[in-house]
Amino acid sequence: MAPPTRTDRSDPAGPPPTTPQARRREPTGLRSRLHRWDHLVSPYLFVAPFFLVFAAFGLFPLLYTGWLSLHRVSLYNVDRADWVGLQNYSDLLFGPPSHFFWNALGNTVTLGVLSTVPQLLAALGLAHLLNYQLPVRGFFRTALLAPYATSVAAATLVFALIFSPEGGMANWLLGLVGAGPVRWEAGPWSSQIAVSVIVIWRWTGYNALIYLAAMQAIPRELYEAAAIDGAGRWQQFRNVTIPELRPTILFTVVVSSIGATQLFGEPYLFGGQSGHQGGADHQYETLGILMYDQGFHSSMLGRASAIAWIMFGLLLLVGLANTLIARRLRSAK
Amino acid sequence: MTTVPALDSPAHRLRAGRRLRLRAPGAGGRHRAGPLALATLVLVALASLFPLYWTLVAASTDSHRVISTPPPLLPGGNLFHNIGYVWHNAGARGMGVALLNSTLVAGTVALSTVAFSVLAGFAFAKLRFPGRGALLALVVATMAVPAQVSIVPLFILMKHLGLGNQLGALILPTLVTAFGVFFMRQYLTQALPTELLEAVRVDGANSLRVVWHVVVPVARPAMAVLGMLAFVQSWNDFLWPIIAMNGATNPTVQVALAGLGTGWSTDWSVITAGALVGTLPLLLVFTVFGRQIVGGITQGALKG
Repeated sequence: MAPPTRTDRSDPAGPPPTTPQARRREPTGLRSRLHRWDHLVSPYLFVAPFFLVFAAFGLFPLLYTGWLSLHRVSLYNVDRADWVGLQNYSDLLFGPPSHFFWNALGNTVTLGVLSTVPQLLAALGLAHLLNYQLPVRGFFRTALLAPYATSVAAATLVFALIFSPEGGMANWLLGLVGAGPVRWEAGPWSSQIAVSVIVIWRWTGYNALIYLAAMQAIPRELYEAAAIDGAGRWQQFRNVTIPELRPTILFTVVVSSIGATQLFGEPYLFGGQSGHQGGADHQYETLGILMYDQGFHSSMLGRASAIAWIMFGLLLLVGLANTLIARRLRSAK
Repeated sequence: MTTVPALDSPAHRLRAGRRLRLRAPGAGGRHRAGPLALATLVLVALASLFPLYWTLVAASTDSHRVISTPPPLLPGGNLFHNIGYVWHNAGARGMGVALLNSTLVAGTVALSTVAFSVLAGFAFAKLRFPGRGALLALVVATMAVPAQVSIVPLFILMKHLGLGNQLGALILPTLVTAFGVFFMRQYLTQALPTELLEAVRVDGANSLRVVWHVVVPVARPAMAVLGMLAFVQSWNDFLWPIIAMNGATNPTVQVALAGLGTGWSTDWSVITAGALVGTLPLLLVFTVFGRQIVGGITQGALKG
């Protein structure tokens, strides 16, 4: 992607009525005033669409969520809001629905760990392997990224069939080695593992390619120096690759944990045939599912908004934790 | 999961990519892959591709064969029957209409994201105006606002705008994204020579002409990448569409798939046929533009 080679000053497509010299000789003309006006205003016009869209569909809803979370609002009459103070929050934390809230929070954390940790570790290992001299490197890259092109809905439907109790591929494979069958969707751990498998399948290749690009930017001399010092492949990986990749690893950790906090599509559709999003016993219900369920099934938009703001708070905490860890690591280095 | 905010300069990455490609094969890695490494990669590639292959197999069977033990491993003869069925019946008006709707939504979002991102990215990269630094910082900060948090008010807002169950409700919130603006800003900062801009300015061209005749030609490669990323993201978006298009008579692919998976049909060969139809267009895009998309993702993601 080369920068343009066009340096000709006169634009052939343009119809300039006067020559540039002529125009520069009359600086007080209408044209010149328009020019200055254009210079002054157009930057703001250019950035305005983004800020308008963000104000209308980002900032305003975010604040509105906070306002709604202090009210009782029905899905079927969204114009009426009754002030309830902090009741939505106290209900969630201590009241009748608190059981579901804490359950969903716990599930979000365990699902987050189950899906993110193996995913990023595997991605790191894969990137290392992809960084070797390889035949058909392009094929491997495309194959690893194919799951990313699959939508969460399509992927979850197919995996729901793979983990199906009747005739599912997963139980058949387990049967081949004499294990199982497992009722994947029914158990708290088995269902969370199955949901995590979907997340891991979709995102491992994506993260591996990000790591690979970062690895390829590591100067070769670092490896040569390590090799001269007698470091083997594993030591080179540990002492050169990992430290050089630290910012990238941190980035993927942040993105993955933000994604994990908002996990929705997989638990929504996994076991969807049963009609229970998040499982009949809420065994893999996440905060995202709980918010959807409270707001759009139980019609309690105020409570759903409170869940949304709690999630926002959690995300801020996740971001803060990552920043602190990053600073710690940087100073340790 | 969310897609990546960008923090490194695309142009830099592009150039780095080219250097590496010159060195390929084995760029960066000095070792030839051993048999164990190759075997692992082959296994992982298989694990990546198998669910997709199996979607095809399951979609070509019938309601009994698809859940029989041992599971079918080779395609059967029912593929076109099942596809025809979901094409006409899934998601209120059939998968065909859903595909059209998704194409419309994702296409509009991709076009407008690219157009507005080029304008804003150019202003942030090359124009000097009071408040530029603060506004750019604001753009970056907005990337941290998660979409899920705003779902409830967005639903109410769309109702008031008369966009309940309308495709417009899916398009408006993503007309332009912070990621797009930042991505373009990073690219244009590097790729657009300031002297060229000054030369055209002296010639008296107005800002829109500058954008059209100077900025757009330079930005074209990054525009293609951004357009594809925006298209994929919009196509695959799930939570907001199932809320905004709840009970819609005019669903997108993901809404139709959600309907398929939550009890509309109990025939798994039909459900997987729907998944196949909903995924094929993007898989085709990926096979054709895979290299550019990978490039775009890694450019966007590097360096936290």
